[in-house]
Amino acid sequence: MSSTKAPARKGFNGYAATWRFPIIIWQALFFLGPLIFMVAMSFFLVKNYRMEEAFEFKNWQKMLTRGYFWDSYFLTLALATVSTIVTSVLAFPAAFALAFKVSPTVRRWALFLLIIPFFTSYLVRVFSWYVILAESGVVNALLAHIGLGPYTMLNTKFGTIVGYMTLTLPLVVVLQTFALANIDRNLVQAAHNLGCTPWRAVYRVIMPLAKTGLVVAALFCFILSFGDFVSPYYLGGSKPPTLPILIIDTTKSGQQWPRAAVVAVVMMVTLISIAFAALALAYRKRASR
Amino acid sequence: MQKKDTNVESPGRRKILKAGGATILGAPFISRAWANVTEINMLAWYGHGEPDVVAEYEAANNVKFKPKYYAGGDNMLALIAQSPPGTYDLILSDAEFVQQLNAAGYIEEMNAADYPFDDMLHDDFTKFPGHWKDGKLFSMMLRGGHLGVSYNKNAVTAEEAMSYKCFWKPELEGKVGHFDWHLPNLGMMSLYEGNGTSLWDLDDSKWAALQKTTTSLRPQVGGFFDYGGTFNSLKNGEMLAMCGIGDWITGVLEKDGAPVASVIPKEGGIQFTESYSIGKGSEKAAEVKKFIQYMMSPDGQVKSAQMAAYPGFCITKAGRARLIEVDGKEAERSHQMDGMPNDPIALINEGRIHYRDIPQQQSLEDWNDYWSEYKNA
Repeated sequence: MSSTKAPARKGFNGYAATWRFPIIIWQALFFLGPLIFMVAMSFFLVKNYRMEEAFEFKNWQKMLTRGYFWDSYFLTLALATVSTIVTSVLAFPAAFALAFKVSPTVRRWALFLLIIPFFTSYLVRVFSWYVILAESGVVNALLAHIGLGPYTMLNTKFGTIVGYMTLTLPLVVVLQTFALANIDRNLVQAAHNLGCTPWRAVYRVIMPLAKTGLVVAALFCFILSFGDFVSPYYLGGSKPPTLPILIIDTTKSGQQWPRAAVVAVVMMVTLISIAFAALALAYRKRASR
Repeated sequence: MQKKDTNVESPGRRKILKAGGATILGAPFISRAWANVTEINMLAWYGHGEPDVVAEYEAANNVKFKPKYYAGGDNMLALIAQSPPGTYDLILSDAEFVQQLNAAGYIEEMNAADYPFDDMLHDDFTKFPGHWKDGKLFSMMLRGGHLGVSYNKNAVTAEEAMSYKCFWKPELEGKVGHFDWHLPNLGMMSLYEGNGTSLWDLDDSKWAALQKTTTSLRPQVGGFFDYGGTFNSLKNGEMLAMCGIGDWITGVLEKDGAPVASVIPKEGGIQFTESYSIGKGSEKAAEVKKFIQYMMSPDGQVKSAQMAAYPGFCITKAGRARLIEVDGKEAERSHQMDGMPNDPIALINEGRIHYRDIPQQQSLEDWNDYWSEYKNA
């Protein structure tokens, strides 16, 4: 007869529950609930500008068989990917310098300055690009001095990427800085002592050690870019439209919120898949170490 | 020795108590006076409930407008459909949606005798389509505006702008903008196709031809814009011609000194028409009627014509006369003077203006579907 005892069941821990409940309630009320409603709404029908509860696949069929939906989908995916790559690459040197090359005081001030842009409305920041990127704007005026231009930058995909970066670059620099600053300096020093060149140390030691943070920063960049309406509309000229613009277009015509919900659900599924894949990539090696 | 100023008294305890008591006793009267202000819930396009239009009326009549702004007739219908009856006292809608408001029972019958139908600048305004049903009035036309070719005078000549063909001008590649709403844009393309008075009533072959022509414009297009984007892109010269708008946007820019203008081309133009209705179940119908009467008066018509958000033309003779009297510059700029070549009323008389409507043989959804495809092309 086995003498092994079943593990004792832990009793209710009020202290732990007090800390857990707010986030659970918050997520249930403001994420899970609306998400379930949105999925349900994608099966509703609109009659005379009023939504009626139903369980029909018409909206899904309508949206997923439209060429423009898939055009918008792949465009949004491509723009968000480009934005993520460009932003991550441009942010890295700044984050590296803040993490390794400056004093803690300078780093604190720099991080503070990186947060300041978030004090102003993103829409206002995007509109300010009109003055800079217009054909009669600041950039073209400077280029004209050296005999170049004018170049069309507004209402292009370039404009959209600039807008995305306005939103994401400061955040990515901050996240990358935190990731790099937390690396054990002794490991970097050891690599140098063992003859590793500075470039090789970055590639073989620093980046792998900061991988989780770097991937999370890139993921945030992708999520924000993928779901952004403002930049592709105001700096990209809605030409062609991205998925968030398609949502607005769909709701404007005939108040087709259920069809807009289809687009939103597709966006959510895409983002959740990419987020899981990215996090799996970020944590994979660390877990096996 | 300095003399003490005996005229300055420090407030004693009794005085403070007196003042406090008076304030407390007077408070109900203050709040009652405040409560006497009648709040009128207005559903309208942006600008109609702004101080430049309503502040004077509010002050004189002890009312306060609470505007809820919408963008597009669909949006307006949805807002009403999703609200309890009586939520909106005053509804400003595009004329083509009045019929739907009435069919859905969202608006009250009005008394034609309350409004200046004998003073209209054009006969069409007295019996505007959809505003009457079985001889009963349901909506009062307030003003209108014309949509045609809007252009930068430095890039397009006045002669070129006399045809929608100018949008295909090679020099304008990437410089033609669209106001992002399918109805006026496709309406203009329909006019360019030569559909004239039947621009909204297209059979399958005409609808296919319209799509083909519109798609051929796509390489010229530099962007699709909302009001703010349209305004900015014309102002900073990013867009040199704009489809789907008219003086309601270029007029504001023109007043600001921008080299832009709008004309009605030879193929014809489209009129947007804005009308007031009284919301079904409104408990303030009498106050709303009084306000509509004010807006139809000469002073109200001037307020509407001068509206800061976007101008519209007067529809009453007395309104036009008052505009010429008090703001001759604006009357001249907007051609609201008898004998001027682009006088909006003369344009209607010449048969060059077509009232904006909804598609007759396709659904709005069909047009919007094509519009989405076009944007992605």
